[in-house]
Amino acid sequence: MSFDGSGFWRAAEPKPAYEVVVVGGGGHGLSTAYYLARNYGITDVAVLEKGWLGGGNMARNTTIIRSNYLWDESAAIYEHSLKLWEDLERELEFDIQFSQRGVLNLAHDLGDVRSSLRRVNANRLNAVDGEWLSPAEVANFCPIINISPDVRYPVLGATLQRRGGVARHDKVAWAYARAADRLGVDIVEHCEVRGFDVRQGHMTSVETSRGSIRATKVALAAAGHTSVLASMLGLRLPLQSHPLQALVSVLLEPVLNCIVMSNAVHVYVSQADKGELVMGAGIDAYNSYAQRGSFHVIEHQLAAAIQLFPIFRNAKLLRTWGGIVDVSPDASPILGTTPIDGLFLNCGWGTGGFKATPGSGHVYAETIANSKPGPLAQPFALERFETGALIDEHGAAAVAH
Amino acid sequence: MLLIPCPWCGPRDEIEFSYGGEAHIAYPAEPDELSDAQWADFLFMRHNPKGDFSERWYHSSGCRRWFNVIRSTVTHEIRAVYRIGEPPPEAGS
Repeated sequence: MSFDGSGFWRAAEPKPAYEVVVVGGGGHGLSTAYYLARNYGITDVAVLEKGWLGGGNMARNTTIIRSNYLWDESAAIYEHSLKLWEDLERELEFDIQFSQRGVLNLAHDLGDVRSSLRRVNANRLNAVDGEWLSPAEVANFCPIINISPDVRYPVLGATLQRRGGVARHDKVAWAYARAADRLGVDIVEHCEVRGFDVRQGHMTSVETSRGSIRATKVALAAAGHTSVLASMLGLRLPLQSHPLQALVSVLLEPVLNCIVMSNAVHVYVSQADKGELVMGAGIDAYNSYAQRGSFHVIEHQLAAAIQLFPIFRNAKLLRTWGGIVDVSPDASPILGTTPIDGLFLNCGWGTGGFKATPGSGHVYAETIANSKPGPLAQPFALERFETGALIDEHGAAAVAH
Repeated sequence: MLLIPCPWCGPRDEIEFSYGGEAHIAYPAEPDELSDAQWADFLFMRHNPKGDFSERWYHSSGCRRWFNVIRSTVTHEIRAVYRIGEPPPEAGS
């Protein structure tokens, strides 16, 4: 079986009309289409992708999966997602290299320690696994971490979610694409949405680079480009698009057996099966659609990484890249209906969308099929910015997701 | 890295600056009169164009003054810089 995608889905020509059009052929759009077909029998679905399938943030993230979020609403949706991950290889009949090797979130000062303990307790109350490790226990779990008290940001302990892990991101996109395709979903690549036709408040069709497509339900899953699409509809959103950079080292022998994240020093790192160290940091401060950021962000994260892992000192940087993430004011996603009948919104996952790929698609499909959100999606409605019921995960949920 | 021309200090590296987001968001003239939707718009809704964007920067490691920039979010090219209180110049001028 080849992994160039040619055997996994048909290159569909867009039909004149669909029951549901999903805009965006990344992880969330593809999983949405799959769950629409599998859970609700809605197979008259097109996924429109302006580039190639899984070529945006789905190919650019650092593949971290966890559900150790502070607030009940977040823990519920991310844990729902993690449970779907745990069964995904069987369900999609695809080896996505899902590996629950554990996620450490390091604490470097007393404030970190207190918020970490609070988060572990909150997680346990929500039946999300979590443990607090002392510095010695951190070193025992991940021997290459420097736990010396003499560094600028000493490790005072860490939270551990053992069920956290990684998966090979592009295989996840291919797996969902193949499964959706088999159920009858049309995946249309190189098809850019250029406008919408809304009549008397109802969605009627989508204008694309490959013609007009009628649909009374249109579901956006366009991550960093959601604002561009929404502006075609005159819909104002609380989103800002930022570059998020990541990098890999040259291939190394296996040295890192888990995922390590550090809020205070702004780095998260894991080792790919192939051997590269995969690292990410925080977003670049400025708005951008350029899929690249400023190098000082990379320098900052490497300085942090070398202090935490002296063994990485001589590792060579192989490649850096950037994706465009849509950041919301409370660092939580926006998912649900909109003032336009038939237009659905799934955006604002910011820096943490990959881990939510199954859960996001699952609850988004429910929202689209029923034309109203289910209990997991409901708290993430756009209306929360009016009611004030924000889900403030800034910092609360450990590092830049 | 961006090279940002501070209107007071001249061109400096981006690391000397802090970002202030979208420019020209005025505090509501009659805050008591605002509906919840109008408050939401003022507090949270932001332009997020793929193209020229009016934004604020703060020269936090320099003169510590705020100013406005028009910058392309596609190319990162800085098209104009102007001081607080000045009207935005035509983009590209």
